[in-house]
Amino acid sequence: MKAASSFPAFNRFGVWALYRFEMARFARTLWQSLVTPVITTSLYFVVFGAAIGSRMSEVDGVPYGTFIVPGLIMLSLFTESISNASFGIYFPKWTGTIYEILSAPMSSFEIVLAYVGAAATKSIILGMVILATATLFVTVHVQHPLWMLAFLVLTATTFSLFGFIIGVWANGFEQLQIIPMLIVTPLTFLGGAFYSIDMLPGVWRTISLFNPMVYLISGFRWSFYGSSDVGVEISLIMTLGFFLICLAVVWWIFRTGYRLKN
Amino acid sequence: MKPIISISNLTKSYASGLQALKQINLDIYKGEIFALLGPNGAGKTTLISIVCGIVTPSEGCVTADGHDILSDYRPARAKIGLVPQELTTDAFETVWATVNFSRGLFGRAPNPAHIEKILRDLSLWDKRKDRIMTLSGGMKRRVMIAKALAHEPDILFLDEPTAGVDVELRRDMWNLVRELRESGVTIILTTHYIDEAEEMADRIGVISHGELIVVEEKTKLMKKLGKKQLTLHLQDPIPAIPTELSDWRLELKAEGTELEYCFDANADSTGIPSLLKRMSDLGIGFKDLNTSQSSLEDIFVSLVSDRQTRPQGARR
Repeated sequence: MKAASSFPAFNRFGVWALYRFEMARFARTLWQSLVTPVITTSLYFVVFGAAIGSRMSEVDGVPYGTFIVPGLIMLSLFTESISNASFGIYFPKWTGTIYEILSAPMSSFEIVLAYVGAAATKSIILGMVILATATLFVTVHVQHPLWMLAFLVLTATTFSLFGFIIGVWANGFEQLQIIPMLIVTPLTFLGGAFYSIDMLPGVWRTISLFNPMVYLISGFRWSFYGSSDVGVEISLIMTLGFFLICLAVVWWIFRTGYRLKN
Repeated sequence: MKPIISISNLTKSYASGLQALKQINLDIYKGEIFALLGPNGAGKTTLISIVCGIVTPSEGCVTADGHDILSDYRPARAKIGLVPQELTTDAFETVWATVNFSRGLFGRAPNPAHIEKILRDLSLWDKRKDRIMTLSGGMKRRVMIAKALAHEPDILFLDEPTAGVDVELRRDMWNLVRELRESGVTIILTTHYIDEAEEMADRIGVISHGELIVVEEKTKLMKKLGKKQLTLHLQDPIPAIPTELSDWRLELKAEGTELEYCFDANADSTGIPSLLKRMSDLGIGFKDLNTSQSSLEDIFVSLVSDRQTRPQGARR
C-alpha cells in the first residue's frame, strides 16, 4: 500500500516511539535509576538529619532535617536530568544508531520533545520518590503544592535540555561527566542545598548570589515552607531565563547541525 | 517517465577542503534496481547520506518522489528506507521492539501484521524476542533491513548490503531485493562486489573521486565497454607471430601454443573468418578455440584506473 503523499504536521507516532524507547531504557535500568538515589538520599537523612541535624538549630523555623528536603530533591533533579538526557542523545551518537533518527521524518522540535520529555519524566518520578522517601524520616509539609510541581517540572525540563546540549557536545564518556561533576554538583552544594545562604558571612552571601543554583533551590524551598533566601519571583525569572538560554542553544544546534550532522 | 529520485548539481565539500561530491546529476526511476559502483572513498556513502538526510549538501538539489529533501523533508523521508553499511543496532532492545520503533519513528501507525510479515520474510520471526546483542552478524544485518522496511518505504537504499555476509545470506538478500522490486519498491544499492551489480542491477552508475563517470543500463554498459576475446589453441607451437597476421594485432601466449585475439562483437566485421582463413593458408592449425567476454569487473577496473591516470577535468 502506498503511503499518503502528505505528511502530518506533527509526527506523533515518531515522538511516541522515541519517548517510549527512552522510557524503556529507564525501566531496564530501574535499579540504578531509582534505587541508588533513594539509598543516597536515605544516607543524607541519616547523616545530616539524624546525626548532625539533631545538634543543629532550626532554620527559618523549620527543623534542619526537614529543611534539607527540597535541597536534596533539587540536587538529584539537577544531576539526574542532566545524566538522563545527555546519555540519551550521546549513546546513539556513540553507537551510530543516530543515523535512523536523523533520517526519520522528525523535526528538531519533535526529537527534542521526545528526548527531553523522557529525561524530564524520569527526573520528576525520581523527585517524587525522593520526597516519599523523605517522609519516612521527617515530617514534610508542602505549603504550595502547585508551585512545588511547577518548579519541579520546570527545573527537570530545563536541566534535561541542558543535559541534551552536553550530550550533543560531548565527544567521550568523560566529557559527559565533567560538567555535572565539576560545575553542577559543587554549585548545588554551595547554592544552599543544605543551608540557608543567610547563614553565611556577608561577603560569601553576596558571592552566593552569583550562583544560579541559589535561585532554583530557594524557589523550590519556598513552595515547601513559604520562606526563601531570595524573592520567589526572582527565582522563577532565573529558572525561566536558564530554560530559555538552553532552548536557544538547542535551537542553534539543530540549525547548524553542530556535532550531529556533517 | 518521471524520476522517483532526482539529483541535480549536487556538491559536497567538507570544512577540511575535501570535495566528496562534484556536481552530481542523476535520475532514478520507479521500480528499478540501481547499483552505485565505486572504490572505497569515492563518495557512494556521502551521496546516499545526503539523500537520506544524514549529511547536509553544500550545493544542489535532491527530490524524492517530487519532494525536496530539505524544504519538504518529511514526506520525502517518509518514502525512504535506509540500510547503512555499519551494523549499528540498539544492543539491549529486542528485535520486535526495535523494528516497531522504526515504524513509529517514520510516522506510521502500529501494524503488527506487517512487522510480522517482514520478520518472517527475513527469517527473524523466531528471534523476535531476542535481544539484538545476542544475534550473529548476519542476523543483525537482517534486523537492519527489517528496520528499514518497517514503514513500507517506496525507495530503499542499501549501502554495501552484503559486505562481510556469508554466501547463503547473500543469496537470501538478492532474492529479497528482487521480491521488493516486484512489489514496486525502487532500490539503490552501493557495492564494490561487482558480481553483485552484475547479478542484480538494471542500471549502473560508476562513481570515482566524487564524480559520476558513467550511468548506463547494465546490458548496454557491458556491450558498449565490454570486449570479446578469441583464444586459439595451436596444434604446434610457433616461435613468433607471422608478419602475414600482423593486421589482427594478435598476442602469442602460453609458450607459443595460444593465439589471443581481441575483437569488437558489435562491429560489422569481427575479422574472425578472415583470420581463420589466413591461418589455414599459412598452415597454422588449431585444435580448439574459445571466446570469452570481459566481465563488469574488467570494465569497472578499466574505467576507474583510466580515470585516475588522466589529468583532472579530462572527459572521455
